[in-house]
Amino acid sequence: MPDFLFDPLASGTTIRALAEITVLGIVSGAIGCWIVLYELSYSAESLAHGLFPGLVIAALVGAPLLLGGAIGVLVAATFIVIATRFADESADTAIAVVITALFGAGVLLALSPSSPPGIKELLFGDLLGVTFTDIAIAGVVGTAVLATLWVFHDRLLAVGFDQGSQQSLGVSVTTLNLVLMVLVAATILVAVQGLGTLLVAAILVGPAAAARQVTRRIGPMMAVSAAVAVASGVVGIYASYHLRTAAGASVVVAMLGLYLLAALAGSLQHRRIPARQ
Amino acid sequence: MASRAAISADRPHGPNSSTDNEAVTGSGDSLVVARALSVGYDGTPALSGVDFEIRPGARIGLLGPNGGGKTTLFRALTGELKPMSGVLEVAASCATVPQTDRTRLDYPVTCLDVATMGALARLPWWRKPGRRDRAMAMESLGMVGLAELARDSFGDLSGGQRQRILIARALTADAELLLLDEPYTGLDSASADLLDGLIQNLADRGRAVMIATHDVDQARAWDLVLCLNRTQIAFGPPDSALDRRVLEATYGGSIVEIPGQPGHGVLPPHHHDHGGH
Repeated sequence: MPDFLFDPLASGTTIRALAEITVLGIVSGAIGCWIVLYELSYSAESLAHGLFPGLVIAALVGAPLLLGGAIGVLVAATFIVIATRFADESADTAIAVVITALFGAGVLLALSPSSPPGIKELLFGDLLGVTFTDIAIAGVVGTAVLATLWVFHDRLLAVGFDQGSQQSLGVSVTTLNLVLMVLVAATILVAVQGLGTLLVAAILVGPAAAARQVTRRIGPMMAVSAAVAVASGVVGIYASYHLRTAAGASVVVAMLGLYLLAALAGSLQHRRIPARQ
Repeated sequence: MASRAAISADRPHGPNSSTDNEAVTGSGDSLVVARALSVGYDGTPALSGVDFEIRPGARIGLLGPNGGGKTTLFRALTGELKPMSGVLEVAASCATVPQTDRTRLDYPVTCLDVATMGALARLPWWRKPGRRDRAMAMESLGMVGLAELARDSFGDLSGGQRQRILIARALTADAELLLLDEPYTGLDSASADLLDGLIQNLADRGRAVMIATHDVDQARAWDLVLCLNRTQIAFGPPDSALDRRVLEATYGGSIVEIPGQPGHGVLPPHHHDHGGH
């Protein structure tokens, strides 16, 4: 077998990065399908950006990033609720203002002269810097997220299909949206260390959007979505090893390539099978 | 959950109030009893003075202008809205069959998936539909005559077929009262005939069907009509209930009479205006 494939595996760094991106890819590939079907992409991205000051402050005071991120998510969610409740603007505008302000505050802290080096990794992530503890935490949180998705799977599918059915089907849209957002927040929290605030939204939305182009049922959509996420991760990490590019950004570029392929395949498929009238 | 409780504005509704109200109504085999019912939003009644009874096997045409309270009545029957005053006893499990344009065509589900969703109405929130539920969903698809399309994507079907799939979903929920929201909108005459036959078939099997419609002539073929225009105008067999006075009160005055058919063939104004619910 070519050295091209095995050389990178000689280093523990690459192996850990591959393990981390595999776990993150499976989890975000699965939950990403619900983000896309429930049209929550904007909320997911807002959460990812809004927790940035929490990460920066944690890095500055030397606290665990997970703790800083968790507090950051809670603060961002609180501000979002307050803004949408009291602002005269539309909810989207209010959220945009709040999130941009939080993100700006994080950048201000991150770029101050007294900041320790390495803080920019919080923006773009540090896949090659993950530890075994990081992978273990991602594994535990990821398993919990997948288990919860499995329990609510049929209700999520039914209510996403027809919101008006919630009463006669005995499920509540509000509860399901809340469950979904908590799971998204948990996924973002563990993914943000590897991929950074700016790129985490890509792995949550990109693979699912690609899978939607080429599948027609939820099960295959989730499988393809997870496969696209993991494949982008692996391709990106190899590319970053051989081409010396930034790992997180390489993963996202690989994902974009797969998305374009899927979109092309999807449009060819639609041309072949015309919809019945 | 499917609504199986007597709901009264005078007392907290619970499993026992049904027997309490037996004396009020004195009709044990009715699926629904409404007495001096008014329902509305935020303390303002949208519909009042409603008095009717529904028995198994009845086909009830629900007539009224847009904003006349048809949707409000459906939402009260499914338990989404509580009575503001009066009594509403719902001894049947109800399922709403929405207009097909309220559902999503680009959603990754097959017809069998959609029919199976109805089972959620009968299951507690932690239970998933099992083999028996899918078998029942297949049976429902057979009942609406679309078993051979079970594996097809819902979005690929015609409007009339989608309507029947949504009826199959209500049958999987084992609903004793089906609430059809303007099911004939957008159907060609062949699909409308199929739907007529299906409604007849369901009534023959003892299910009650309430059909919101704009078509007065069509409602004449059913067992009962309920005319609403923010208050109840009439309830009874179409021959006795649908006179000129009732139609004018229902549709607000200007009735177009078709020449040569005195007393028949009256069309409400804005016959084709289906917007604004």
